[in-house]
Amino acid sequence: MTQGMRLPEAKAFVAEKLGVSPADLSDPVIMHEIREKLGLGRITTFEISHPTQAVAIESKFNVEEVLGVPVNSVRRFEERRIGPAQRGR
Amino acid sequence: MNSESRFPTRMGDGELVRMTRSEIRADLEAGVEVAVRRAKVPPLAEDELEHLLDIYASPARFTGVDIGSEVVLSFDGSGMKTIASRREDLQIYEQWFGADTIELHHVDYSFKPVKAIVPFEAQEMHDVLLRTVAPVQYGAQPNLGLYSRPDGPVPNWSELLPLGRIAEARAAQEEAVPMAVKDMVYVCEAMWEAGADGVDFDTSAAAGDADFQAALLAVEEVRRRCPGLGIEIGMSGEFVLGMHGEVEYDGVRLAGLWPADQMRLAAKAGATIFGPVVNVNASKSCAWNIARTCAIVKPCVEQATIPIHINVGMGVGAVCMTKYPPVDAVSRASRACVDILKVDGL
Repeated sequence: MTQGMRLPEAKAFVAEKLGVSPADLSDPVIMHEIREKLGLGRITTFEISHPTQAVAIESKFNVEEVLGVPVNSVRRFEERRIGPAQRGR
Repeated sequence: MNSESRFPTRMGDGELVRMTRSEIRADLEAGVEVAVRRAKVPPLAEDELEHLLDIYASPARFTGVDIGSEVVLSFDGSGMKTIASRREDLQIYEQWFGADTIELHHVDYSFKPVKAIVPFEAQEMHDVLLRTVAPVQYGAQPNLGLYSRPDGPVPNWSELLPLGRIAEARAAQEEAVPMAVKDMVYVCEAMWEAGADGVDFDTSAAAGDADFQAALLAVEEVRRRCPGLGIEIGMSGEFVLGMHGEVEYDGVRLAGLWPADQMRLAAKAGATIFGPVVNVNASKSCAWNIARTCAIVKPCVEQATIPIHINVGMGVGAVCMTKYPPVDAVSRASRACVDILKVDGL
């Protein structure tokens, strides 16, 4: 949505990055496993406990890294994070 | 006596009627004919009409695209405090409905009223982004009418036009455009700084050609200031109403533009998604409406350089004009748009 890519091109791009076929992207069985493996965030309605899995903004850091596409909220998170230099250490 | 089987199907107002395959076929042909005559588009091919007939002459409650042919769904106005807070509703859209994208919006849904509360809206956007994974848009309407009296400062062109005061009506619209552009850019920039993935200029051109001009000018400026922001322009009708009649963008007169030309200007301004609209004729069948919709929008999708997310919802894209559109009508219209038009999303 930020790159203005037509759908076939976008599906091929994402599939290559994830190591799956474009048709796999809409297969919930395959994608649940891929998302878990890469920490991309999942539908966790029926999984009561998943404390070590990436969720929400954590997942978006992984999405950005896996796809190599900047995610605005992740960039803003990094900007706002106070690093050791700003703390005067 | 006609011995053909009758299939349950819908009228544009949602009424369930029973029509034969021949009657549905006749409505499909009539819908295409109207599109060809009015929008000067090519007719649908015979195999496309047959495919539409197979989709609509069926008693199935639900239909869908082939496995692997799924498209992206973007939403105008998901998360409306229906169940909980806006942010919790957006989490529900993502986690329970499996939404591809979600959209934060204020219930007033126009940029002008949002301007006054943008710090709170941007904070809400910030909070939503921390809790979700799906891309988040902020949506609102350009809604140029809000800049005319009694809601805004400029004379009301809708009152001036019936009085024949054309020059004054045009001047009022020209005066309103920069005000609307300024407000839209202000809100979008605040959302970009909060971390939004995209903005949605929804129901663009609702107040006519000057409204569309304002949206395009705002998109151009937002693209310049926020280079990585997704920008969706969703339209309000199949052709741009000439409330002014002479306003232009990039040297093109906006009044009377159909989806293919609208898309070209949206892409030129810097949009990354374009949402064409074809309004429903409530007194015709959904089959008539889908044929008209597909014929009008097909050149737009074929010539597109950016993703096309056609509007398929209450009263547009061959979905019935009812508060709770039946899933048989929604799924048929959605499948038809994917199969025939090859849209990128809905």
